[in-house]
Amino acid sequence: MSTGKTVRVRELASARSGDKGNHANIGVVAHDEDAYALLVSRLTAVRVQDFFRSLGASRVERYELPRALALNFMLYDALAGGASQSLRIDTQGKLLATALLDLTFHVDAWDE
Amino acid sequence: MRTIRVANGAGFLGDWIDAPRRLLERAEVDYLTIEHLAELTMSILARAREKDPAAGYAEDFLEILRSIAPAISRQPQLRVIANSGGVNPQACARAAGQLLSRHGLEKLPVACVSGDDLLPQLDELVAQGEKFQHLDTGEPITALVERQAGADSRASDATGNNRVARHIVAANAYLGAGPIADALSQQARVVISGRVADASLTLGPALHEFGWPKDAWDLLAGGTVAGHLIECGAQVTGGYSVDWSQYELADVGYPIAELASDGSSAITKPAGTGGAVTRRTVVEQLVYEIGDPAHYLTPDVDCDFTTVEVESGGPDRVVVRGATGNPAPDTYKVSLAYRDGWMASGTLLVYGADCREKAEACGRIILERCQLAGLSPAHTHVELLGAGAGVPGSFFHRKYQPPGEVVLRVTASDPRREAIESFTRQFAPLITGGPAGLAGYAAGRPLVRPVFAYWPTRIAKERVQSRMEVRPAGEWAA
Repeated sequence: MSTGKTVRVRELASARSGDKGNHANIGVVAHDEDAYALLVSRLTAVRVQDFFRSLGASRVERYELPRALALNFMLYDALAGGASQSLRIDTQGKLLATALLDLTFHVDAWDE
Repeated sequence: MRTIRVANGAGFLGDWIDAPRRLLERAEVDYLTIEHLAELTMSILARAREKDPAAGYAEDFLEILRSIAPAISRQPQLRVIANSGGVNPQACARAAGQLLSRHGLEKLPVACVSGDDLLPQLDELVAQGEKFQHLDTGEPITALVERQAGADSRASDATGNNRVARHIVAANAYLGAGPIADALSQQARVVISGRVADASLTLGPALHEFGWPKDAWDLLAGGTVAGHLIECGAQVTGGYSVDWSQYELADVGYPIAELASDGSSAITKPAGTGGAVTRRTVVEQLVYEIGDPAHYLTPDVDCDFTTVEVESGGPDRVVVRGATGNPAPDTYKVSLAYRDGWMASGTLLVYGADCREKAEACGRIILERCQLAGLSPAHTHVELLGAGAGVPGSFFHRKYQPPGEVVLRVTASDPRREAIESFTRQFAPLITGGPAGLAGYAAGRPLVRPVFAYWPTRIAKERVQSRMEVRPAGEWAA
């Protein structure tokens, strides 16, 4: 465990999520270049997959948009059937971005 | 350098019906796009067409057209482009023609873009060797048909005929900007299409106005980015934002893309409207519902968002440039929808300190009663809204104070309609036979609705023939 400073994603970025069939995407928009750099190093695909493990995504992929200072996470097979078939209240993954903004990580340590 | 102003007045079927009219009252634009289609919408419209051959388009469009007819009369530059035709663009054009004629606009040129609907020739295409492989799994469509026929004997008729089309509700190719541009070059003032890709509604005017060559990939990418940014209406002007409390959203302004002939654009909104256009609102929309940002595929171009630069250009104005593109895919994306049984969802408000335990007990009783009736649904899901159901397993139920009330939501699906009908009867008896502290049952039995499932696939462009027809409104009406 680290005793270093912790930060919430919402202090660094805003986010927006949606569906592509049975897959969900979460776009994360950094407030500035420093925030972007920190997110690139800490908000990894593995971290996001672990955070949403209860959704049962088959894999999570991260894409970088360095000029727009944004990250895009694809959560494959995360929507229990998607817009028409899912039995969940949030059939389209609209809430995932709001949830991700509460993810907390340590700024200066790799273990958590 | 020339600039055109392309606005969006609807991002989906069900969007704010007054938005297009309010936008045109406060801004002068060259083009108003109306984006009414999504996969689920196509299924719903296809089902409407089955019941009534004159239905199957977004009827909201007629109300929008009625509300903006005065603007169309007054503003000679204004043109309207809508994919509201759904699975029946001709019927939509006829209804629009009648409406415009009633408003003294019988001479207005109205275009209908079609050819996206593959349902009529689906069996022929399969017979010709088209496999319609699922984009994710690679399975051919015939595998689905065999499964469906096995699962539901009624789906297979006495002769063992398992034709593909009888299992499919809708099959639409996503057409590109080409036919829209053709319609505009033939002076159409209102263009009604079936399944044209969302961003192509905006690229169409750019092709027409700027004469961009079909292989000027960077320019096409620029127009596509602008289209992608405005296609969800208020989502780029302050809607769906974590900064919601800073915006006046009741009167949110719908977006305008000032699209330049060099492929750059400025995103803005009518002066004096609510919401905001900032770098943040624009980039949030740039990454909305995309996959690999280096390959945002449309029928028109393989678009690279990673080269896009977004910067403020003044109050409520954001400049977007630098999009690059690669050659368009030689296939169209196709969305196939098929029936997948029935579904219903019921809710009860459960109140009290022990609300969670009570709600869970009610959920168990409902499902046990289904079992006692001999009609257990194949798939069921019990949720406690207010206790972290929004994101299953998320932090909410651990971190936040337990609620004193939750909404129990039980959802079920099954191939058998009677199993879901039986399920919907199991809620009300809890009022007298369940725990104390239940409310919210006055709305009656939950609605039983059909489930549609999707089969995303592709088809070679040369197998699809888009059609475009321009006629005066009065002729469509006749």
